[in-house]
Amino acid sequence: MSDVLLSVRDLSRHFGGVKAVNQVSFDVRRGEVFTLIGPNGAGKTTVFNLISRLYDPTSGEIRFDDQVLSQKPAHAIARLGIARTFQNIELFEYASVLQNLLIGRHVHLPRSLWREALFLPSVRANEREARHKVEEVIDFLNLQHYRDTLVAGLPYGVRKVVELARALCIGPKLLLLDEPSSGLNVDETRDLAYWIDDIKNLLGVTVLMVEHDMSLVSRVSDRVLAMNQGEVLALGTAAEVQQDPRVIEAYLGTGVAP
Amino acid sequence: MRTLFKTSYDQDIRLFEHSGQVFWYGLLLLALVAAPWWLDAYPLAQLSFVLIYGVVGLGLMVLAGYTGLFSMGHGAFLGVGAYTQALLTAAGWPFFITIPLAGALAAAFGVVVGLPALRVKGIYLAIATLAFCIIVEEGIARWESLTGGNVGLMVQKAQAWGWKVDSEAAFYFLCLVVAVLSTLVVVNLLRSPTGRAFVAVRDSEVSAQCMGIHLARTKTLAFAISAFFTGVGGALYAHKVTYLTPDQFGILQSIDLLLLVTIGGLGSVHGAFLGALFLVTAPQGIAVVKDYLPPAIGQAPGLQQLVYGLVLVAIVLFEPRGLYGRWLKVRTWLQLFPFYRRGLFKRQKSYQKSERLR
Repeated sequence: MSDVLLSVRDLSRHFGGVKAVNQVSFDVRRGEVFTLIGPNGAGKTTVFNLISRLYDPTSGEIRFDDQVLSQKPAHAIARLGIARTFQNIELFEYASVLQNLLIGRHVHLPRSLWREALFLPSVRANEREARHKVEEVIDFLNLQHYRDTLVAGLPYGVRKVVELARALCIGPKLLLLDEPSSGLNVDETRDLAYWIDDIKNLLGVTVLMVEHDMSLVSRVSDRVLAMNQGEVLALGTAAEVQQDPRVIEAYLGTGVAP
Repeated sequence: MRTLFKTSYDQDIRLFEHSGQVFWYGLLLLALVAAPWWLDAYPLAQLSFVLIYGVVGLGLMVLAGYTGLFSMGHGAFLGVGAYTQALLTAAGWPFFITIPLAGALAAAFGVVVGLPALRVKGIYLAIATLAFCIIVEEGIARWESLTGGNVGLMVQKAQAWGWKVDSEAAFYFLCLVVAVLSTLVVVNLLRSPTGRAFVAVRDSEVSAQCMGIHLARTKTLAFAISAFFTGVGGALYAHKVTYLTPDQFGILQSIDLLLLVTIGGLGSVHGAFLGALFLVTAPQGIAVVKDYLPPAIGQAPGLQQLVYGLVLVAIVLFEPRGLYGRWLKVRTWLQLFPFYRRGLFKRQKSYQKSERLR
């Protein structure tokens, strides 16, 4: 078992003439929190969508756990152990929180139409088992209060947590978080930082994250990759990357007086 | 008001949430079983119709209400089920084989129609299924050697082992058994992983995929299950109307069925039966009221369509969850009296989705 969990090599995705992601390469090691930063339109979310196979790469290769991801269909990704959240929350609105989380267990539940139609004891046992796993996540993220609430009636901050919970229900090896702190207030962001630490240390899940809030980034990340206009600018610890002249230039523009 | 204290996971898996529900559904079942003894022949026949449309509605509810795929072609599945039933019964097959077969054949058609559903969405899917509906109607009309074409096809009484379902009460019991079994199967599917996958596909295809749900397989399955129950309903429908012609299974029928699930309440099993109740009783109600209206209105052609249209508009505007949604509010009002607040069922503002990956 190699040290590298996710390996991205020369990955490109072009939309017509726009090179959203251009020749990007990086490795995510097991057990680290790896963050992508960059100004708007840098291609961070596109990298996420390429990893979760919602987009096909124009060229390049993604390997996960020694398997080539770029040849798998989108629905096979969860089974391999990759879970993700979305920048603008993609929950199942008209289902309860509990049902949302149970869908997270989908890949682990055996399905047989006949058994389900008759609701045989085996189906019931599987449901109990799934519920057991879901409850662990509910306890982990303190969602007890919202179990039976319809997602459509939840405040934004809670939805973010529910989405994180649903991703954890998959039981992933790699967790992709797309701007987890956007729209959260200061308290919620602080909770999030603790959870990300716990996800890494207690659950042993590797985290790949896109984030703008630099205080959160420096607090939780082991390594940071800065992108701009689809290309890699710098890679290193949060402090190193923040000092990099090219990163500063990308954020603040050129021609800063000495 | 009842406050549930949950002590085991089974309480969320069980069919009934609490003993009160067991009581009320038991009472309903008892009343339905006893119906032939307390109802006259005509209301009983209408009740059979409600059950038949209820089964058909269940089928469409799985597709439109739970998977979010709107079909304008369910009249065709009804037709496939009805003609299969009529022909097999004429060939002397017993009903307990022909009814599932009618469903299975409709399901096979459903898989075929489900294929375009993998590529088109929303209004385009409606158009594709509408085209299918017209093709089937036309096919039935042209295949005269088998279906009798536009002249029509006489349906014989259902039978098994020399026992003929010829009385109104016997047919009613057949409908009741089929309706109860269908409801159980649908409810079981909806509370298991397959049903959750349907809801996931309805609410967000992107994240359904990321949860490992195979979109194509799930949608095709939804179409097959939906068509199955519509076909089963069609088999009973054939015996009910006793004479089949292709125009019974055209666009108007399909629209009636969509009306049924929308008025009943999309996304609820109860809604299928409430919608069926509406669809069967509304014409009767209109017929009664007609005589008291000024002749210019009462005798005007298209009164029924006008009423249907107005009800549909009212439902869409004021009660998107249909009759079942209204019932939930009434029930809550009764339970909480006098503390019901008007805003109780108001949803929070929905958050904008700017980055939907279609």
